[in-house]
Amino acid sequence: MKNWLSPRSTAGLALIAVALIALPFVAGMGGQAWIRIVNFAILYIFLALGLNIVVGFAGLLDLGYIAFYAVGAYTWALLASPHFGLHWPVWAILPIGALVACLFGVLLGSPTLKLRGDYLAIVTLGFGEIVRIFMNNLNAPINITNGPQGITLIDPVSIAGLKFAGSTPFLGLTLTGAHKYYFLLVALAILVVVINLRLQHSRIGRAWQAIREDEVAAKAVGINTRNIKLLAFAMGASFGGIAGGVFAAMQGFVSPESFSLIESIMVLAMVVLGGMGHIPGVILGAILLSVLPEVLRYSVTPVQMALFGKTLVDPESLRMLIFGLALVLVMRFKPNGLWPAPESRRPAEATR
Amino acid sequence: MSEVLLEARAVAKHFGGVKALREVSLSIRRGEIYGLIGPNGAGKTTFFNCMTGLYVPDGGGFDFAGAPLLADAPQQAAARGIARTFQNIRLFGNMTALENVMVGRHVRTRAGVFGAMLRTAATRAEEAAIRSRAMELLHYVDIAERADDLARNLSYGDQRRLEIARALATEPQLLCLDEPAAGMNATETGELRELIEGIRGDGTTVLLIEHDVKLVMGLCDRVAVLDYGALVIEDVPAVVQKDQRVIEAYLGG
Repeated sequence: MKNWLSPRSTAGLALIAVALIALPFVAGMGGQAWIRIVNFAILYIFLALGLNIVVGFAGLLDLGYIAFYAVGAYTWALLASPHFGLHWPVWAILPIGALVACLFGVLLGSPTLKLRGDYLAIVTLGFGEIVRIFMNNLNAPINITNGPQGITLIDPVSIAGLKFAGSTPFLGLTLTGAHKYYFLLVALAILVVVINLRLQHSRIGRAWQAIREDEVAAKAVGINTRNIKLLAFAMGASFGGIAGGVFAAMQGFVSPESFSLIESIMVLAMVVLGGMGHIPGVILGAILLSVLPEVLRYSVTPVQMALFGKTLVDPESLRMLIFGLALVLVMRFKPNGLWPAPESRRPAEATR
Repeated sequence: MSEVLLEARAVAKHFGGVKALREVSLSIRRGEIYGLIGPNGAGKTTFFNCMTGLYVPDGGGFDFAGAPLLADAPQQAAARGIARTFQNIRLFGNMTALENVMVGRHVRTRAGVFGAMLRTAATRAEEAAIRSRAMELLHYVDIAERADDLARNLSYGDQRRLEIARALATEPQLLCLDEPAAGMNATETGELRELIEGIRGDGTTVLLIEHDVKLVMGLCDRVAVLDYGALVIEDVPAVVQKDQRVIEAYLGG
């Protein structure tokens, strides 16, 4: 653990705090869309950190992680929209979303306990698809999810009378909805990072890593690998559930197509590209992979115009091409991720 | 000295048509160093794996400290007080030496997810105790200066020692060492011998599987010999060494 109280870390933290506060206003200069891009980047940090518990710490390859995000999003959507006429408050729905996602995590975890590697990946992939297909089809005979049309008019977050949709004046600044969600997301993200760091350096975190490193040896030292693996699925899923809830509130709309396989793959790519099991690396991976495609979206056409005077390649396909190439190059030259855990860790102080 | 700690009752195990263990019965007394030897493929490691719950025996069973051991429950074996090392070292390679030993404390500690997230006073106290105990054990096996190195970067001999420290962290009554001297030179073997004698001196019973007959005969109080999955003899080294069947099994007649 870092010593948070040394003058250098205090200065560093202050700097990070200032940067975090200024970020939405700087991004906002490029238009509201950029604040939303930043917000999604933070949402992906959530997801990546949640998946990092399963994949990075416990070493269980999960290709259906987005299902938990979907479960969290639909939990929010059903409990706070005109669809069922329910409008529960945020402090009730967010924990319920986490809990429901957690149950789904155990549901997925229990039949897959004996599976590893490729086999586990295939089962989780199937699970992710099952959840999405259920959401697509649970509109008959009883209309629960409203099928492919999705659920609209979802309540935005509202804390102590402060509505997160629309603009609010604050200290001479106009805070738009995106600004407010940004600060909510940052607060939640800090919480998630702290929880992740604490879990990593705990008895449970070590047990996860032990299972990742050698399951037989982990059993031999008395780790109940079944329970500890289920715990990894449950914890990872809870983070996904919370992220999903915030996503639903922020968008005001959910539909099954937001939870396709490619989303699972993106989140997994964030974890792998950033550096599996290393929290700062995973955060970096999430930021890069969520912001880079957007930067490309806005730059591909102007660059082509400048070079050739016309748009030769459809920006959408070129964007994915560059993106894929970047992934291949990183995996070729930095197989442990862009920011992997250091080889030899410095003397760890007594944990506080 | 004479109380029986582990009793194997006609343990049998076969893989397909191969009978790896044929009704092996033996008993290990509390406080002794017990050697299990035999040629390659005699069933020594299979016996180990049955005892520590990694394999389910096809017949027979084990009594440990007066109560039967459940088959197919390795974590229960550790909780009951049986710790082991592996013939081909199995460490948590990408964790530091210290963390490896800290994992060994898992079965004797309690902190859960919520304790870890909230970092309660109890969790912090337990964590500090885990850390200091793990550090003590690294000193005990004499690799404390490598505490912050990743386990996979340790030298072969240090990895062997680290594995023993991790096993000791579970507070075993019975420590099972699977060929700890394999690949060691004479000096290292001598050091290992001192370490094992020290562990026994601290009150832990030791079960030793070993190829190095000299080490076993010099170190063990009693020795059992396996051949083709069957127990040939179980006695003090002086008797075992002179036994005609053992000489045949080992030297090929």
